[in-house]
Amino acid sequence: MSVSTLSPRPAAPADRSTPGPLRRTALDAATSATRVLLYYRHSPALLAVSLAVPVVMVVLFGYVFGSAMQVPGSGDYREFLMPGLFAMVAINGITPTMVGVARDVERGATDRLRSMPVSRFGVLLGSALADLVIGVAVLVPLVGVGLAVGWRMRNGLADALAAFALLVLFRFVMTWLGTFLGLAAGSEQMAGQLAVLTFPPAIVTNVFVPTGGMPGWLRVIADWNPASAVVAACRQLFGNPSAPASAWPLQHPVVATLLWSAVLLAVFAPLAARKYSTHGR
Amino acid sequence: MSRTAREQLAVSAHGLGKRFGRTVALDGLDLAVPAGTVYGLLGPNGAGKTTAVRLLATLTTPDAGSARVAGFDVAEQPEQVRRSIGFAGQHAAVDEGITGRENLVLVGRFHHLGAREARLRADALLERFGLAAAADRLVRGYSGGMRRRLDLIACLITQPPVLFLDEPTTGLDPRSRGEIWDAVRELTYGGSTVLLTTQYLDEADRLADTVMVLDHGRTIAEGPPGRLKAEIGTRVQVVVDDVTQLHVAATVLAAVTGGEPISDRDSRQVETLSLPGREVLLPALVRELDAAGVAARDVALRTPSLDDVFLALTAERQAA
Repeated sequence: MSVSTLSPRPAAPADRSTPGPLRRTALDAATSATRVLLYYRHSPALLAVSLAVPVVMVVLFGYVFGSAMQVPGSGDYREFLMPGLFAMVAINGITPTMVGVARDVERGATDRLRSMPVSRFGVLLGSALADLVIGVAVLVPLVGVGLAVGWRMRNGLADALAAFALLVLFRFVMTWLGTFLGLAAGSEQMAGQLAVLTFPPAIVTNVFVPTGGMPGWLRVIADWNPASAVVAACRQLFGNPSAPASAWPLQHPVVATLLWSAVLLAVFAPLAARKYSTHGR
Repeated sequence: MSRTAREQLAVSAHGLGKRFGRTVALDGLDLAVPAGTVYGLLGPNGAGKTTAVRLLATLTTPDAGSARVAGFDVAEQPEQVRRSIGFAGQHAAVDEGITGRENLVLVGRFHHLGAREARLRADALLERFGLAAAADRLVRGYSGGMRRRLDLIACLITQPPVLFLDEPTTGLDPRSRGEIWDAVRELTYGGSTVLLTTQYLDEADRLADTVMVLDHGRTIAEGPPGRLKAEIGTRVQVVVDDVTQLHVAATVLAAVTGGEPISDRDSRQVETLSLPGREVLLPALVRELDAAGVAARDVALRTPSLDDVFLALTAERQAA
């Protein structure tokens, strides 16, 4: 979106009329989203890397791990893996969000915004929505490569769309988590270090392997990991091979995904907004 | 203070206080900045300058006292305050990955200007402050001075009546500092009130109508730079040819200035500050030295810089 294509308004007087709260939230969200997307427009290389990394992951995990992997029910490992990678990409979306938010805090952009008459929630919502646009864009080449390596959507269009909707929702949740962590980190360097910590929670899941073979305590963590629910839901909706599940979230993965998302959003969106408003007090 | 007098103040504060944990950042600040003037908050790191500006710009809430900006209470009416101010923090808070023009348009849009209006104002400002040629370049490629200028004019997009500039030239080379000074002066021609903080005394001297010196969160002096300097007297230096005449020169200097001269044998120099209010004239000083038989190689009278003011004030406090 280009900022100059929005509908023109007559020259605003010095004491411009102030929009109502809802309209202001929407306006500020739009401006904030524009800000993030302009970044990508000016750095095609950044976008290219964002798009390429997931594709590399297919090759890396699909063929390196896949060469030695047995999927329960004699399914194809790459078909087992793809829903996992879709969720993995959503989790990895935390990092750019976190680093971007922390950079804004460190370089004073957050203070500048907070000194303006903006809806602070609107500003955060806008950058979360922009991240979502990128998140969806990243799924496109990944789906393409998945199809090329033998992954299929076997349950029809409606279920496939439902699966993608869950993935987008999960990405949205992760963005708020990333925003909160970025604000908490407060500096780009700290955020970069924190990003490493997103690695274990992404691995202790059913993304790469069924949880059945893990030691008991680890299996509990993996089974109740929100990411595992997302992956299980996608495997179910896409009709891809999956392991038999004993834990409740993996038996009802769609409901579990919706519940986890609701809980995480209800916790981290207000936390992020609060942290944003009270930063430096 | 009468009601009209209060209304003419662009910024006022009464007993403003802020602590972070055990650290007292600001300890009962009183402030009265008349509309249309430039006010300089001066002091070393940790003096409380930034805390004061952040409180006034509604980025932090005070623990004690109250403040009004452009007629609005910072605690009760933060939204109205935010609509009336421009704020440039210690770092140039511009987005590096987008162009200069896009930076300004975004700020205008965040102020809820229409897209066309935001763009027109951005273009006008870029033109006025000499950034038109670089308007469509990514800010990443800007020099430090250009970034700072862009950051400064981002505050101007809504022509706010009050501007807060926190250390606008810290870290810049002398030439860029000059550019920023010109820009700040230009702002005040438009009738804005500017409150700036600085560690550089020459900066406050050049730009500010009134200066407040802060140390450890407290005000230690306030007034026009000229008056602050007059209050600590004139700096007088005499260099003698013959080191044995140093003490004679010192006696003469003490008599003429009323000060307490300090001699330095290595540089054969004797130096003092005159008593405030005592006029020291060069011909009279030279005559007195001559009459005492002192062969002076160099005699200098100098208005003290704000550095002298600052050192004198902080020395007083440490002695007290």
